[in-house]
Amino acid sequence: MPPIRWHIVVFLAPAVLVYSAVMIFPLFNTLRLALYSEVDQTRIFVGMENFRTLFFDPIWSTQFWNALGNNLWFFVIHMLVQNPIGVALAAVLSHPRLRFAALYRSAIFIPTILSFVIVGFAWKLILSPIWGIAPTMLDAVGLKFLFAPWLGKEEYALTTLALISVWQFVGIPMMLIYAALLSIPEEILEAGEVDGITGTSAFWKIKLPLILPSIGIISILTFVGNFNAFDLIYAAQGALAGPDFSTDILGTFMYRTFFGFQLQLGDPHMGSAIAGGMFAIILIGVCIYLFGIQTRMRRYQL
Amino acid sequence: MIRNTLKLALISTALTATGAIAQDVTITIESWRNDDLALWQDKIIPAFEAENPGIKVKFTPSAPTEYNAVLNSKLEAGSAGDIITCRPFDASLALFEAGHLADLDDMAAMSNFSDVAKSAWQTDDGSASFCVPMASVIHGFIYNKDAFAEVGVEVPNTEAEFFAALEAFKADGTYIPMAMGTNDQWEAATMGYNNIGPNYWKGEEGRRALIAGDQKLTDEAWTAPYETLAKWGAYLGDGYEAQTYPDSQNLFTLGRAAIYPAGSWEISGFNAQADFEMGAFKPPVQNAGDTCYISDHTDIGIGMNAATANPEAAKTFLAWVGSPEFASIFGNALPGFFPLSNEPVTLEDPLAKEIVGWRGECESTIRSTYQILSRGTPNLENDTWGASVAAIKGTSTAAELGAKLQDGLASWYAPHQ
Repeated sequence: MPPIRWHIVVFLAPAVLVYSAVMIFPLFNTLRLALYSEVDQTRIFVGMENFRTLFFDPIWSTQFWNALGNNLWFFVIHMLVQNPIGVALAAVLSHPRLRFAALYRSAIFIPTILSFVIVGFAWKLILSPIWGIAPTMLDAVGLKFLFAPWLGKEEYALTTLALISVWQFVGIPMMLIYAALLSIPEEILEAGEVDGITGTSAFWKIKLPLILPSIGIISILTFVGNFNAFDLIYAAQGALAGPDFSTDILGTFMYRTFFGFQLQLGDPHMGSAIAGGMFAIILIGVCIYLFGIQTRMRRYQL
Repeated sequence: MIRNTLKLALISTALTATGAIAQDVTITIESWRNDDLALWQDKIIPAFEAENPGIKVKFTPSAPTEYNAVLNSKLEAGSAGDIITCRPFDASLALFEAGHLADLDDMAAMSNFSDVAKSAWQTDDGSASFCVPMASVIHGFIYNKDAFAEVGVEVPNTEAEFFAALEAFKADGTYIPMAMGTNDQWEAATMGYNNIGPNYWKGEEGRRALIAGDQKLTDEAWTAPYETLAKWGAYLGDGYEAQTYPDSQNLFTLGRAAIYPAGSWEISGFNAQADFEMGAFKPPVQNAGDTCYISDHTDIGIGMNAATANPEAAKTFLAWVGSPEFASIFGNALPGFFPLSNEPVTLEDPLAKEIVGWRGECESTIRSTYQILSRGTPNLENDTWGASVAAIKGTSTAAELGAKLQDGLASWYAPHQ
């Protein structure tokens, strides 16, 4: 019998203990909480009742599907705007003849390290119809008619917030793709040049296939980040995610239910049920990516 | 010998140290009134500490919209302060039923308050009181006297005069007729619907009938205010859809707007910010000479955390809050929060005096959604915010809004089923 290698257990123990205490235990306890309800100050076990209410009681389900739909749109905007722009910026930045690349790189990345509260507040002021610089700037170029109180209109508010979030986080895909582009060896590109593949076609035919795995990772990070999002909406629109719940995403819906809002008292059990739903959605999404997409992606040995 | 002296010295320091701890009790107040931080620290707390040596008071407010959530979590976790500022009705009732607020019926100071004043912090049957009533706020409209003089508009009494005044300001163009936005939603319901509404549903009469199930939210009395709100949209500033509550306050105090749909709690802030003379008028009535109704909403009470480590000090503080002396300090330090104690308090601020004078001319009521009706899901108060915004923006008609709110209420409230 081989000797038990105790040092492995000892070295793993701190990380496992801390991770279990602050991540695993709260996660499972939240899921457990979703199976209870409170009647007359006592907690009783109700099984899947909270989930049944959430999905089939029209009062709850309309809110849930509304939040989920908004969340999907939030994600779609990020995928369609943030990630292509990130890739394009990285491609431009990695161009060897670009001057001041380091300056642009830092400038584009800086919003990422700002707090949501600052970003939400700053953009609210920029877009404010009363004090904001957006209406004034549009006025200066004669396009004042294009201005609308975007954050206050049901039809624009969510898209506006998604674009603000894109502005904040476009630095992350840019950095990851930039790193991936830098790791492509010169010889491959030179070999392509010998075969007559240069400029843009070098990007589409050589670089893009090589950075696809990175784009996959970015997509999954965006997915998880968007479905966990809460801060920006809360900072800009408050817990009621106005106007008329048009910016309500799963995070704000969960917060409002769990902690209560104004005269609405908090309901930790229904709140946990929503949190459980969010967890399931993210888990399914990540699984689809891991087993459906990543395993089929062609990888090239560099 | 040296060792003995040392021992003695150690013992005596230990004794004085424990003595100091026993004497100086610090009690902490939870509140949502972060706007009043300076007033508590400079006026109210020093007055109490001067009279009660040995008790130190700390005022630790959180943001109004987060207060309920923060307080509930703190109470659950056992980290809440000794004194709890009480929201009216169900939020506090739930805290009492969960055992977080102490029963205060045996406190002598409670006899300084009328039953109406206490009603916001009692069990439904009135058998137990758990917060000392502190203040109420009155709704109405605050206006810029200079603007009215400049444009030549009379202070309106009836609804027709009110809209004529708004129209005059709009035609003149110098001032935004009315400063209110719909971004934060609650102003539309609180300063809109529940401000003008009591004139339609006849104050307490309609409110009680709604609770009893004799009137419905689809009735004329309850939908008509939405029809009136729908006419407001045209007179609010450009881009009011994204205008926040602080935006509205600033627009008015900078002198860019003529009328501000208000709660009296704005007075002290406006006094500090505005450099023009302000006046106030009541929610307009339909015809001259009609009985007027005002929302005189019991808004703040103060109670004791049942789990406090310093119940004696906390009770001393609450008894002081119930005294006429506190009412006088508070009413004058915070003009616009009108004390509820039976003892009449003389107010010095002219604007506050004007508003509190309406109590004599009009019938008082409280906000329609606060007692009992916001107990279930969907929450009637929160839905009223959305409905009032939709009315102002014109995205739904008054009849649709009434029907939606009635359906929501009927889904859980037995007297309406």
